[in-house]
Amino acid sequence: MSNSLRALLGFGTFAILLYLVGEYQSWNVALAILNLCIISGVMALGVNIQWGYAGLFNVGIMGFAALGGVAAVLVSQPVITSAWQAGGSGILISGVMLLVVIGLAFLVAKRFQAGWFRTLAMIVVILGGYFAIRQVYDPAVFAIEADNPAKSGYLGGLGLPIILSWIVGGLFAAGVAWIIGKISLGLRSDYLAIATLGISEILIAMMKNEDWLTRGVKNVTGLARPVPYELELQENPRFIEWVEWFNSAQLAGFTGEAKATALRNLVVEGSSIFVKLCYAGLFLSVLIIVLMLCVMALASPWGRMVRAIRDNEVSAAAMGKNITRRHLQIFILGSAVVGIAGAMLTTLDGQFTPSTYQPLRYTFLIWVMVIVGGSGNNLGSVLGAFLIWFIWIEAEPAGNWLMQYVTQWMEEGSDLKRHLLDSAQHMRLFIMGVVMLTVMRFSPGGILPERTNTTVAKA
Amino acid sequence: MIDFLNALVLFSNFVLIPGIAYGSQLALGALGITLVYGILRFGNFAHGDTMAFGTMTVVLITWYLQSIGVGFGPLPTALLALPFGIALTALFLILSDKLVYKHYREVKAPPIRMVMASVGVMFVMNGVVRFIIGPNDQNFMDGERFILKARAFKNATGLNEGLAIKSSQLLTVVIAIILVSALFWFLNRTRTGKSMRAFSDNEDLALLSGISPQRVVLVTWILVGALATVAGVLYGLDKSFKPFTYFQLLLPMFAAAIVGGVGHPVGAIVGGFVIAFSEVTITYAYKKFLTYLLPSDYAPDGLTQLLSTDYKFAVSFIILVVVLLVKPTGLLRGKVI
Repeated sequence: MSNSLRALLGFGTFAILLYLVGEYQSWNVALAILNLCIISGVMALGVNIQWGYAGLFNVGIMGFAALGGVAAVLVSQPVITSAWQAGGSGILISGVMLLVVIGLAFLVAKRFQAGWFRTLAMIVVILGGYFAIRQVYDPAVFAIEADNPAKSGYLGGLGLPIILSWIVGGLFAAGVAWIIGKISLGLRSDYLAIATLGISEILIAMMKNEDWLTRGVKNVTGLARPVPYELELQENPRFIEWVEWFNSAQLAGFTGEAKATALRNLVVEGSSIFVKLCYAGLFLSVLIIVLMLCVMALASPWGRMVRAIRDNEVSAAAMGKNITRRHLQIFILGSAVVGIAGAMLTTLDGQFTPSTYQPLRYTFLIWVMVIVGGSGNNLGSVLGAFLIWFIWIEAEPAGNWLMQYVTQWMEEGSDLKRHLLDSAQHMRLFIMGVVMLTVMRFSPGGILPERTNTTVAKA
Repeated sequence: MIDFLNALVLFSNFVLIPGIAYGSQLALGALGITLVYGILRFGNFAHGDTMAFGTMTVVLITWYLQSIGVGFGPLPTALLALPFGIALTALFLILSDKLVYKHYREVKAPPIRMVMASVGVMFVMNGVVRFIIGPNDQNFMDGERFILKARAFKNATGLNEGLAIKSSQLLTVVIAIILVSALFWFLNRTRTGKSMRAFSDNEDLALLSGISPQRVVLVTWILVGALATVAGVLYGLDKSFKPFTYFQLLLPMFAAAIVGGVGHPVGAIVGGFVIAFSEVTITYAYKKFLTYLLPSDYAPDGLTQLLSTDYKFAVSFIILVVVLLVKPTGLLRGKVI
């Protein structure tokens, strides 16, 4: 079966599934699933850039996605002047000091010969710098967090439109990726995996504990929206007119009071659907732009070079390609895309809650999407993201139903039955693992395998 | 003088003894990771969840033994359940090898594919553990809790500070010493152990001299199962058993294996203690300790804590980064590809 037919079948199946959910559950649920599918698609594209183009194994997707969330807070939340007055200067000074210490450390590393003196100088610079920074940083943090802790207790953001944070999130993730890549690329291939696993845990720990930045576990709620609010829509006469026109056939059966109530319900439902459609439009345009860029990049000379490096590092190096540099470039690009998706996710949620970042949901699920969809194939990862997210969401009711069915012969209130019913939700981890292993083993290309030049030539 | 003794006791109680126990647990975990690295040649991301699986089997058997009234005197019942847990975990690992890793070995897949496969196995194990025992904290420690109680120590010595030694801490150290000595005896003295080391050094030469790869792989998984189960049970007895915590142990254990030198058993032990002591010393608040030692005018106001305990993962990560930057082969020369 050719790839385009497979793609058509895959996306067709997804559309039918979504339609069924819309008809039988509700269109609100269907659109909520679709929005997260699209965001997962962008994330999977980022991971596919790293894994599919270069064979880089990033186990810290969660951390890069969370950086996007931080960007959403820092860009869109209003400036909190009192907090800036309380400790803003201290934070800025300690930031400058941090840069100075890092600069000094580099100077020591460059200027002196390796040996005990350099080691000693390095330790003095880093420890001395650390304690000096703490002297300024600690009181500043204390002052900021003491400023109206119930409502703010943090510096706030820049008060800019939240859409900008999508770009900023990408930049944040790219910056962290640069540091991690510099350290661990060029060593054993699995060192990158361990380093990314570590940095993502640390980033989440920072977001939970550095209250002055993102309020920590107190969460930032009520982020600004790039789309209208449901309540505004429900008051808007043009929107009501529009809903009336759209549902005129359905409303024709009612008169008077009944018609007003029916219209009211339709407007409430319609407003929420409309908002979700707006989001879907925004996310879809990002997905399409990123997808087009990916496809064009892969078809360009750069893409050929990247694949040549992936398929045979030694011969690519012999042709004069700098493998570590290319890997670093790809790692940064992929992480930036994940960061963009992370910012989009926080925008959709309308709140930033560090404790919801779980590695199984944000890192490994994305991996399953890429593997199942087809590593190395851009459209494949998007399809994988759509299908896997759909399964992930619908597996819970399906799993519960299955457990009800399996346990129906057991007597009511037995411990085993209760345990099985309670544990049904954990089955989806198991199922995802089995799906990932099976696809890796028996169909390593995934649903849409990567097209190589030879098959293009044949076609 | 008495202040100095008080400070010493305080330091032992909160840094030295917990550090030794935690270091032994990490060392056992890192040994399992390093064995897989050295002999099967990939980083096993499922190791944390293997520990969780092993501990879960032990917890379940312990509960069963407790329910039929079997105990182990002053020692925790879990020790009786340990052999069964090891056997079950080893079986599970061998099964996962047959179903998953064997294929990639046969097609000579690059190591990163094996790492990915191990992530898949991790997913499955995580699901199994959560399905059977749930994601919550489980306490399965019984028997005598303390060998030395703080109050008894205070009464005996007349010092302000008490020194407490939990039996789980002593057990950890004793069992770790026994297990590690047995492991080294096995690797250095027995025929199978020697063939494993030969396989790790040079696979082709080992195959040429008639060493059976299947046997080496089988024995490796049994050893890994034993190390992971024991490490997990000791950690669980010392703290408590929660599946997610075991997943999070992955980072310090990997850091220990790499810091010591990948594929190097002695290195894993050294690395385990380096990581554990750095974590405990850096996250300990020295206020009281310094108050004893310094003249009262100089006593610190704050907690004098280098890093808050929330960042204990950052410690192992920073050590890992420093080692990767300065000496990528690890403290003892390991394999770097």
